[in-house]
Amino acid sequence: MEPTKEQLMDMYYYMLLGRAFEERLEALYRQGRIPGAIYLGRGQEASYIGSAYALKTGDVIAPTHRDMMAMLPRGMDVKSIMAQHYGKVTGPTRGRGEADYLGDLSKGIFTTVSMLPDFYPVAAGAALAFKYRGEDRVALAYCGDGATSRGDWHEALNLAAVMNLPVVFFVINNKYAYSTPNENEMKIADIADRAAGYGIPGRTVDGNDVLAVHEATLAAVDNARTERGPSLIEAKTMRMRGHAGHDPYDYVPKASLEEWEKKDPIKRYEEYLTGLDWFNDDEREVLATRVGNEIKDAVDFAEASPLPDPSEVTTGVYH
Amino acid sequence: MSITEQKAAAGMELQSQESTYLDAINQALREAMEEDSRVFIIGEDVGVYGGAFKVTKGLFDKFGAKRVIDSPLCESGFIGAAVGAALMGLRPVVEVQYADFISCGWDQIVNVAAKIHYRTGDPVPLVIRAPSGAGLRAGPFHSQSPEGWFAHTPGLKVVAPATPFDARGMLKSAILEENPVIFFEHKYLYRRLKERLPKEAYEVPLGKALVRREGNDVTVISYGAMLHKAIEAAEGLAEKSISVEVVDVRTLTPLDRETLVGSVKKTGKAVVVCEDNFSYGVAAELTATISEAAFEYLDGPIVRIAPPDTPIPFSPPLEDAYLPQVVDITAAIEKLARY
Repeated sequence: MEPTKEQLMDMYYYMLLGRAFEERLEALYRQGRIPGAIYLGRGQEASYIGSAYALKTGDVIAPTHRDMMAMLPRGMDVKSIMAQHYGKVTGPTRGRGEADYLGDLSKGIFTTVSMLPDFYPVAAGAALAFKYRGEDRVALAYCGDGATSRGDWHEALNLAAVMNLPVVFFVINNKYAYSTPNENEMKIADIADRAAGYGIPGRTVDGNDVLAVHEATLAAVDNARTERGPSLIEAKTMRMRGHAGHDPYDYVPKASLEEWEKKDPIKRYEEYLTGLDWFNDDEREVLATRVGNEIKDAVDFAEASPLPDPSEVTTGVYH
Repeated sequence: MSITEQKAAAGMELQSQESTYLDAINQALREAMEEDSRVFIIGEDVGVYGGAFKVTKGLFDKFGAKRVIDSPLCESGFIGAAVGAALMGLRPVVEVQYADFISCGWDQIVNVAAKIHYRTGDPVPLVIRAPSGAGLRAGPFHSQSPEGWFAHTPGLKVVAPATPFDARGMLKSAILEENPVIFFEHKYLYRRLKERLPKEAYEVPLGKALVRREGNDVTVISYGAMLHKAIEAAEGLAEKSISVEVVDVRTLTPLDRETLVGSVKKTGKAVVVCEDNFSYGVAAELTATISEAAFEYLDGPIVRIAPPDTPIPFSPPLEDAYLPQVVDITAAIEKLARY
C-alpha cells in the first residue's frame, strides 16, 4: 500500500529530527559538555525511519547503540534521550546505562547491550512470547554488518526459522565494522544471501531510500504477521561518521565519502517530495522550525535535570 | 531444626512414595506449569526425550510442544530467547543440559539478563537449570561446578539445593522470582537421595541458609553434594566427642551471611567445604565473610576445603583425588577442633 501524505511527512519529520539530534549531540560531545562516547548513525536515516515506521503499536524493536533514530517513530522522546547522554536521572536508565544504550519497554524498545547482536536471540524470544499467546505482534531486531559474523546472529536466525517466529532481522550494512571493511568480514556480497541457509526469505534493499526500506519492512512484517515466520532484510548504506565520536575515520577513502554524500538519504527524499504537487518550502520550513525547537528543548531539559544521587549506586540490581 | 521437624512443624501431609532429588525437580516444574500458563520449558532434548537426565520426563506429554520446547543446539540462542520471552511477560525455565555447557550462553546471562534490571527496572523472571557437579566419572566437560562465575555476577541469584525437599521448594521459589536465577542442581544427588515430600505445593525461600546439624565445637559450611560428605564427617566425629554444626548455604546469591556468621560465633571455629575449585571461588567468599564478621570470635584459622585448581579428571583414581572426600573433611575438622 502506498504511504499517505501524512505518512510521507511523518517519515520526513523523523529523519530530520534524527539528524538534527545527532548534529547537536556531536557538537555537545566536541564541546565536552556530555560524558561518555557517542555512536552516530548519520547517513543511515532512511534505514532507521523506513523500517521502524513500518511497525504498529505493540510491536517491539531491538536497536543497537547506533540506532537511536529507530526509536523516534516508536515514540521515544528526544528529551529523555538527551538526558541519558547527560547521565541525568531523567534519562531512561537514570544514569546507569552508557549514553547510547537506552530504550523503553513500555514503548516496545529493548535496551541494548554492547555485545552485538545479543538482542537478536532476545528479539526472537519476544516473538516466541507473541506466538505463545497468539498475539498479533512482531519483533524487529537491528544490527550492523559486523555483528553478522557472531554466533548469536546465526543462532537467532536458525532458532526463529525452526520455530517459525514472527520476527524481522534487519541488518544495516554500512560497509564497515568499526574499521573493518565488508571484504574482511565475509566472503559474500550480500548478507541477505545468508537467509537461504536458514530457509527464510532474505532481501537486500537500498538503505538510503526510505520508501524502499519502508516497503521492504512492511512486506517482512506482513510475512511475520500472516505466516508467523521470520525474514532477513539487508539495508545497504554508509556510515558517514566514525565508529564512535573519537574515531577520525581516516580508514575510509575521502572519495568514497564524497560519493556517498551525493546519495544522502535526506536530500534524496527531499528531491522525491519536491516532485509531489502538495509539497512546498513552507512544509519544509514548518518541520525545520519544529525540529529545531524540540532539540533546543531537549538540551534545556537535560541540562536542568538532576544528576543521580551517589547514595543510590547499589539500588535496583534486583527487582 | 531438621528438615523432618520442619515439615512436621508446617503440618504438611507427606506423599506415600519417596521422591528422589530428580523427581522433586520434576514435581516443581509440573506444579509451576499447572499453576501458571506463562511458565514454559526450553532446552535441548527436554521434550519428547524428557531431558538428558529425564528431569522433564512426562511434561511434554502433559503440556505439549508449545510449553516444553525442544530447541536446536544453541545455548546462547535459547537463553537469549528466554530473556526476550521473560521481558514480554512469560516465565521461562531453561534447561542447560550440563552446567558445563552454560558457558556457551555466557554472554546472554552475564551481560544481558543480569544487567537489565539495574538499568531499566524491568523484571527478568528467568530460571536457568544447570545440572552441575562431579563424582560420576564424567570428565572435564560434564562435571564442573561453575556456580562461582555466576555468584560473582551482580544481578543474578544463584542457588544450589542439597535435598529433594529443597530442590522442589527452591525451584518453585525460583520460578516465582522476578530476577534471573541460576539453579544448580547437583547431578550426583539426582537418584542417590530420597525422601517423602509434602503432598501440597510449598516453597523454600531463596536467600536462607539452614543449620542442618547442631553442634558446639566446629561449624562446617557447605552446600550441594559436599554437604552430605560434611554431614557424614560430622556424624563420624560425634563418636570422638567432637560436636560439629553443619550449615547448608543453599543460596549463594543472595548469601545469608547472618546464619553463617551466627553459627561460627557460637562454635568459634569454621571449616568451609566447596566443590567449586579452590582459588578465587565460593570458598574464598565464605571464608572472607566469616573473617570480616566473626574474627574476634575465632579460636582457630578458618579452613578451606575445595578441589585443586585443575580441570576435573576422568579416571576414577584421579577424580577421587580431585574431589574432597569424607576422610579429608574429617581430618580437617578434627585438627581444627584440637587447635
